[in-house]
Amino acid sequence: MSDTPILQIENLSTYYGAVQALRSVDLTVRAGEICAVLGANGAGKTTLLRTVSGLQPAAPGSRVRVDGVDITRHPAESMVRHGLAHVPEGGGVIVELTVEENLRLGGLWRADRRDRAKALDEVYELFPPLVERRDRPAGTLSGGERQMVAIGRALMARPRVLLLDEPSLGLAPLVTRQIMQLLHDLRDRTGLTVVLVEQNAASALSITDHGFVLSQGAVVARGSSAELLADDRMRHAYLGF
Amino acid sequence: MASSLRRDDPPKADAAATAARRPATPRGRSLPVLVRHLIAAALALAAIAALTFLVGPLEHLRIAKVGYLMLAIAGLQLLVGYSGQISLGHGAFMFVGAYTTALTVLHAPMVPLAAIMVIAVVIGCLAGILVGAATARLHGPYLAGATLALAVGLPALALYFSDLLGGSNGLLFSLRGAPPELSGLVTDNQWKALVIWLTVLVALVVLATLGRGRLGRRMRAIRDDESAAAMAGIPVGRTKVTAFVISAGCGSLAGACEAYLLGTATPSSFSLALSLSLLAALVLGGLGSLWGALWGALALVYLEMAGKELADLLGLSSSVADNLPLVFFGVLLIVIVMAWPMGIQGALRSLGGLLRRR
Amino acid sequence: MNQFISLTFEGVANGAIYAALGLSLVIIYQATRVVNFAQPALALIAVYVAYTVTQATGSYWLGFASAMLGGTLLGMLTERLLVRPVQGKSQLNAIILTLGLLLALQGVAGMIWGNLQHSFPPPMSFRDLAAVPISPEEIFSLAAVAVVAVALFLLYRLTPLGLRMRAAAFRPESARLSGVRVGLMLTTGWGIASAIGALAGMLAVPPLLSPTVLDAVFVYGIAAAVLGGLDNPFGALAGGMVMGVGLSYVSGYVGSELTTLAALVILIVVLSLRPAGLFSRSTVRKV
Repeated sequence: MSDTPILQIENLSTYYGAVQALRSVDLTVRAGEICAVLGANGAGKTTLLRTVSGLQPAAPGSRVRVDGVDITRHPAESMVRHGLAHVPEGGGVIVELTVEENLRLGGLWRADRRDRAKALDEVYELFPPLVERRDRPAGTLSGGERQMVAIGRALMARPRVLLLDEPSLGLAPLVTRQIMQLLHDLRDRTGLTVVLVEQNAASALSITDHGFVLSQGAVVARGSSAELLADDRMRHAYLGF
Repeated sequence: MASSLRRDDPPKADAAATAARRPATPRGRSLPVLVRHLIAAALALAAIAALTFLVGPLEHLRIAKVGYLMLAIAGLQLLVGYSGQISLGHGAFMFVGAYTTALTVLHAPMVPLAAIMVIAVVIGCLAGILVGAATARLHGPYLAGATLALAVGLPALALYFSDLLGGSNGLLFSLRGAPPELSGLVTDNQWKALVIWLTVLVALVVLATLGRGRLGRRMRAIRDDESAAAMAGIPVGRTKVTAFVISAGCGSLAGACEAYLLGTATPSSFSLALSLSLLAALVLGGLGSLWGALWGALALVYLEMAGKELADLLGLSSSVADNLPLVFFGVLLIVIVMAWPMGIQGALRSLGGLLRRR
Repeated sequence: MNQFISLTFEGVANGAIYAALGLSLVIIYQATRVVNFAQPALALIAVYVAYTVTQATGSYWLGFASAMLGGTLLGMLTERLLVRPVQGKSQLNAIILTLGLLLALQGVAGMIWGNLQHSFPPPMSFRDLAAVPISPEEIFSLAAVAVVAVALFLLYRLTPLGLRMRAAAFRPESARLSGVRVGLMLTTGWGIASAIGALAGMLAVPPLLSPTVLDAVFVYGIAAAVLGGLDNPFGALAGGMVMGVGLSYVSGYVGSELTTLAALVILIVVLSLRPAGLFSRSTVRKV
């Protein structure tokens, strides 16, 4: 874990029609961190990720930088080129395509075919269950396997920052633990930075280094995961435990 | 435009406030819906009658045309605007009405006009039951495809049964115009225009009253969300077929009016272009309100006229001149959808909202 | 028996044309959820362009090529300029938009080239192949559509472009997050679809060309697409064959005036049994 910031979000606001969903969010994630974005339902966690990755337009005055490069208001399609990969809520797996097609899709933007093939092999090494299912339509997979496809597809882009929106949703605790362990290993090996949105704050804080708590579109608490876990008042007020 | 309206007080708040002030059910102070509609219709008829005395004979034909087209489009409004069923085949119902009229006059000439109209409505409704039942389970583009085939296929019957239905030349007949007692006061076309408008207004009263009542509410519920409506206990299939039946009846009546006016029924006047024009006029006028049918009918008749006159004025060649109204209409539709999806009625409503807030 | 065989071949050749038109509609519907009612008009303009080029150069194939090119261009322009801005809003609006384009383009065709019919000879002169009850024209139709169908299949299944296009059609948001330029893919899809539509037009028009010549074919093409299930390209091919052969028999044994009505009946019967088409992959709507 280095000290250089790899994702810098400044004064980020966005609107759904007339409703302001994010209020001047400021947050910085350092390279190699695994950080949690927490908060109750409707606090703006998903909106935050979507606005960072360009699916949701950022209001004027916002600034988002990845490794120093300003990506504010860039189209979502350009994010993988900047090293940012986003696994949306539910995974976003394309059920009509096969597992392998889903994975290959993630690496298509890169021109070097050998590089793409290598990345695909690496993803299969990370997720062995996908190997024997590679030619099956993604819609026939279980929830856990589909989440593997979703994360695998994002990893095909060899991102430096990985945004994950509730990866544990609908998954058994064992599968969740495996995925989290995997992310830890990846971070240790490659320096991958992970931003994790989670409803289940307790389990998120147990595996992350750092956390931010959102409420009604604004950041209300930030600190190391240990600090946040220790802050009883904040936990009761915003995280429900 | 519309989006800037939303940034200020949302118009919904105004409407809700107004509705809260006005009681939902009439309480003796205001007249029942049906009576109000009948009074409005009577006033409209008087106004139109006055209009016919002020304008020339060419206008009488156009006034009549606006009348029955409005009826046809209003029937389509019930189907598309109220119950959300996209139909590209409305011209087929007009075909039914026109040919029913022609056949009745030719084979049973002693039947009075009013009875002929009723027969046309009944036959139209029967056709509506058939089509509605066949298409009740279809949605969106599938329904559009099926009704498209109806629009093109049904008039072809006239070509197949050419002995009975006159083939591509159609059927010619004559219906009495103004009664001899009034022949000095009104011309034939003027009389026909008034008869048509009387028919149209009666039908519109029925449509408007139905639209306000339980049937209208059910249809709108289905249009907005069919599964939700079904779960709320609304008989979806039956309501959709009912919408088709009423719509077909209106279309058939409109076709009968046209046949009455022109004295002919030919397959070429019920082409696919007619069905498409009716739908397009409906959207142009504005979905969801019977006033939209009026604007749409006016657009159909007067845009065509404007196109032809423009072509004459500019001295354009016949191939350009003939196609100008078509291009005009097509471009207008594109512009409306892109800039003004709520149609003319929607634009008027926004305008009214803007003015009221001053 | 002879009549049956020749009717069957005629039906299959016609079916290929309906299948091509249906295919172009399905490609567009899969990508943008819009039924492109303007397709016959786009094809019509492409064919008129071919006519003009052939008249000027004397070469049918140059005209053919310009029709393909023109069709592609028109499709791409339509998507980018007209359809993109209104996407996602009501389905009826999209239908009206394409209907407006249909009327306008048909009118423009009449303005530029006149309402009268022009002679438009097919690529091969009519030579009866004595042994087989099928004409060279019909063989050409079948072959052309078969080649296109196979090429499309290969494009979609085996190439990165095809994968991008499918992803953009099935789940645009996920495609975007994977770096796919969804807008460009949609425009390309419309371009390819319109090229196929132009091919169908070139096959359907001979021997006479006029602004309304493609109307009936279009009805059968829509019927083919709807019959097969609007989200399945194979369905369009199958639907086209069913329509072509079925209508050929009706025309031969009952009467040619009833073909459209027969199309309606076939459509109603099939859709009553399977409201989303024969081969639709549609999932149950989650409530």
